[in-house]
Amino acid sequence: MPFIPHTPEDVQAMLDAIGVTDVAELFDEIPPALRWSRVEGVPPGASEMAIARLMRERAARDGDDLCFLGAGAYEHHIPAAVWEIATRGEFYSAYTPYQAEASQGTLQLIYEYQSMMTALMGMDVSNASLYDGASALAEAALMALRLHRGGDVRRIWMPAAVHPHYRETVRTIVEGQGIALIEVPYDSVTGRTPAAALDDLPDAAALVIPQPNFFGRLEEVDALTDAARARGALVIAVVNPLAMAVLKPPGAWGAAGGADIACGDGQPLGIPLAGGGPYYGFLCCRSEHVRQMPGRIVGRTVDRDGRTGYTLTLQPREQHIRRAKATSNICTNQGLMVTTSTIHMALLGAEGLARAARSSHARAAALAGQLAALPGVSLRFVGPFFHEFVLTLPRPVAPVLTSLADVGILGGYDLSAAYPELGHALLVCATETRSAADLARYTAALATILGDDA
Amino acid sequence: MSQIPVDLKYVSTHEWLRAEPDGSFTIGITDHAQDALGDLVFVELPEVGRDVAAGEACAVVESVKAASDIYAPIAGRISAVNTTLIDAPEQVNTDCYGAGWLFRLSPAGAADASGLLDAEAYRALLDQGG
Amino acid sequence: MEKATAQVRASVSPPLIFEQGRPGRRAMAQAPSVVEPWEDLPAHLRRNAPPALPEVSEMQVVRHYTRLSQRNFSIDTQFYPLGSCTMKYNPRACNTLAMLPGFLNRHPLAPAARGQGFLACLYELQEILQAVTGMQAVSLTPMAGAQGELAGMAMIRAYHRARGDLARTEVLVPNAAHGTNPATAVMCGFQVREIPTDASGDVDFAALEAALGPRTAAIMLTNPSTLGVFERRIGEIAERVHAAGGLLYYDGANLNAILGQVRPGDMGFDVVHVNLHKTFATPHGGGGPGAGAVGVGERLRPFLPIPYVLKEGERYRWAERADCPQSIGRLSAFMGNAGVLLRAYVYARLLGAEGMARVGTYATLSANYLLARLREMGFEPAYPERRASHEFTLTLKGLTARTGVTALDVAKRLLDYDFHAPTVYFPQLVPECLLIEPTETESKQDLDRFVAAMAAILVEAQEAPERLREAPHHLPVRRLDEVRAAREPDLRWQAPIDSLA
Repeated sequence: MPFIPHTPEDVQAMLDAIGVTDVAELFDEIPPALRWSRVEGVPPGASEMAIARLMRERAARDGDDLCFLGAGAYEHHIPAAVWEIATRGEFYSAYTPYQAEASQGTLQLIYEYQSMMTALMGMDVSNASLYDGASALAEAALMALRLHRGGDVRRIWMPAAVHPHYRETVRTIVEGQGIALIEVPYDSVTGRTPAAALDDLPDAAALVIPQPNFFGRLEEVDALTDAARARGALVIAVVNPLAMAVLKPPGAWGAAGGADIACGDGQPLGIPLAGGGPYYGFLCCRSEHVRQMPGRIVGRTVDRDGRTGYTLTLQPREQHIRRAKATSNICTNQGLMVTTSTIHMALLGAEGLARAARSSHARAAALAGQLAALPGVSLRFVGPFFHEFVLTLPRPVAPVLTSLADVGILGGYDLSAAYPELGHALLVCATETRSAADLARYTAALATILGDDA
Repeated sequence: MSQIPVDLKYVSTHEWLRAEPDGSFTIGITDHAQDALGDLVFVELPEVGRDVAAGEACAVVESVKAASDIYAPIAGRISAVNTTLIDAPEQVNTDCYGAGWLFRLSPAGAADASGLLDAEAYRALLDQGG
Repeated sequence: MEKATAQVRASVSPPLIFEQGRPGRRAMAQAPSVVEPWEDLPAHLRRNAPPALPEVSEMQVVRHYTRLSQRNFSIDTQFYPLGSCTMKYNPRACNTLAMLPGFLNRHPLAPAARGQGFLACLYELQEILQAVTGMQAVSLTPMAGAQGELAGMAMIRAYHRARGDLARTEVLVPNAAHGTNPATAVMCGFQVREIPTDASGDVDFAALEAALGPRTAAIMLTNPSTLGVFERRIGEIAERVHAAGGLLYYDGANLNAILGQVRPGDMGFDVVHVNLHKTFATPHGGGGPGAGAVGVGERLRPFLPIPYVLKEGERYRWAERADCPQSIGRLSAFMGNAGVLLRAYVYARLLGAEGMARVGTYATLSANYLLARLREMGFEPAYPERRASHEFTLTLKGLTARTGVTALDVAKRLLDYDFHAPTVYFPQLVPECLLIEPTETESKQDLDRFVAAMAAILVEAQEAPERLREAPHHLPVRRLDEVRAAREPDLRWQAPIDSLA
């Protein structure tokens, strides 16, 4: 029996100890009409060898494409040591560290994670993670509402230049509480969110500021932060954490004190693409906001003998204590992903992260130059970007992407559904993992496909 | 055994009230309540000037493993809060009827004291396990 | 009976990784070897000083985190009778096969044509979960049990609204429920009404009937309940709730008890979530990632969260907004915790139909055996007249009254005997509660070792209660000062002032 160690003798001895003759008697409190006579709709069990073969065949079918897709999930080099250590059984198969004395490894690691993430974001406090970047933004919005003047302003300023899937996730999660997302338009020349756009909008509890934004553009974060403050709104930064190794971190935005909350997806810090998850959401805030923060938090303290130790703290914010009055319903978070990212950040350090970010920018800039030189292709926006940029193609994007996929290239993200006003617009990404030869291969393939038009 | 000063009034949710000479009431939690909660680590106080209804949750006291709402025993306006608790919540444990008071209320109109218990009635409530 | 002995663990506290570095020490094999220019980056968008991250070698990192891992309990190293958490063995094949390069390197927005193998796994997992829960459709996107609950309650809200039934603002939750239930209902804009539990551990039926009415949106139930007993009147409950116009939400936290035996759909539930990190053996990872797939009956099908996988002929593709205009929408940027779903899929295929039927059977057998043995030793069940499901509750109130030893003390002392503690003080309505769940993957011999430790602790409680009150004695740290942790929060390492100069 897979994974069930009971021998027939064990079963008999156990039944004897309970005082029943048959296992079926143990279910005698369940109304007989509800008992399922036979499991249907599930294939018969298979051996590890057979399933391994099936999975290898399926994984192989999915190919090994050259990836220029970003749009919220980015291919970066992950040091071999990261997953070697993270999948040790003592991390992989441990429970949430509620029993602190038996979980000092995970707890110290989370404390180190909180220290790294606050350093990267320039913020005071970090939680121990949320599910992903999109749901972290939703939690940040709810937190901002609780913090803002007693929660009576039920609106959030949400730029159109925030990832469309993030905006939709936030809507799903906050809708039940009667919260409106007020769209802030982007500038059609720069692709940035102009601070002046707020002037025409009704007051809100908070402004979301993406850095970089969904188009890869660098936002004028200081001006946006100050504009939001001037209207009495809080500031929620939603950022690429790798970019923060080079860019001004949320804690330093604006003239006074930086963003209130910084969140985003930790995927660029050591997490593989993996079809969309598991990734993790991070969330940092200023120390005066900590009691409205959702999720687990680890603190350093001492034991009865005065030795340093770590424990979950500030727990009365959470659902298992506060129930209906908790800051969030979140319980399980993304512990193993945090383990991974912590090891990744320790290995790369500030210098390694900055190099990866700079190389990603350099590859993207080089690719943008090559592609924009093709006939009929141009850069849609002007000004600085991180490692993604928007191209305008001479014809509809979807068939071009299909042709690229036919030669093993994922050419980017078609913006025409989410941003029809941009025309034949394609969002392209390159990271440090793309070599000069990769860029040349993409350029040549796109030239060929578009040339077939001529 | 819990201390229950005879000069105070009580409610079944374990708050105490003291009538002040100016007509306002000082409110805190009882010795029984602080003992049951254990070491307090945080106190959230209402804003001065806020109007509260009788029975409305208007403060929170937190220990390591629990958070309890504190209810206004009578309707009124918050006239003062004990800001020293922000940095020293342990005063609620060490001196719940003195330095550990929570907030002061100016009653709305004539205070309705009908739901309030005297010390004897509150002790009887505790003896019943309430 | 075997003699139980306390284990001693290494207790040298490793310095933080930050404290092990030296300025300028780097492990550059992992990062690009050159610093590339970024010419058009405006000065006011640039970071002024590098973040204070560790400066350590690769070997230091490997050694540090390996040593930290050794300061954890885990399923791979200890028995974890943690009630409500289903800490069963996490098969290694599930991890290895979910981490094949073809799956790991797949971009979430890659076209469906480039992910037919991946989508086939998810589609088949949807079908398997649909079958074992007795539901009509499944979405795998929720990333944990609590997000599954959020999806379920958001669907219920959308359902009532679509019918124009705006008065249904109340959700009924038994007082024994997981804290996530009321917290979720509030997040979805509902008011929570608690329903008491009767003396035998079932929902107080009269109180439930009194609470039902035109304001009732739904009831959230776990069955078997968090008290470790099967809700016997579930059929009648479903009938009354439906008759009142409400829907039934099934919290799948305890599905392991009945997997392959009873289906929530047959009990009358309209929506369920399944904790794949419990019932389907995906790892808990020190606190996640989990996965909280939701299944629905016909009434809620139009509202399922996207994306989910559709099959057309032999091709698989994502269901998008256009396929389901009434969907509650997305819950994550991409496809939830896809890698967790692959692990659950491998587990489900390894077990198959016959293996799934065994899960509920052996989980229940082990729990009832452990309960019988602990009773023999003198422990008191909270519901002595009831069968255990896959877990059971003990109350130590008698022991506490006699010796002053609490459930927490017993839990901490178990750590000294190298067992993870059971869940303590939950459900809150059982005084001095231990909630114990052995799962089907522990052998009788391991259960017997646990019984021996519990018996030894019971003797200690009478003879040397202070030893329990001071426990644990043999772990890397003793009980921690949680009051200090909360009063003076120390939540991150900060560089010493002189190093910033």
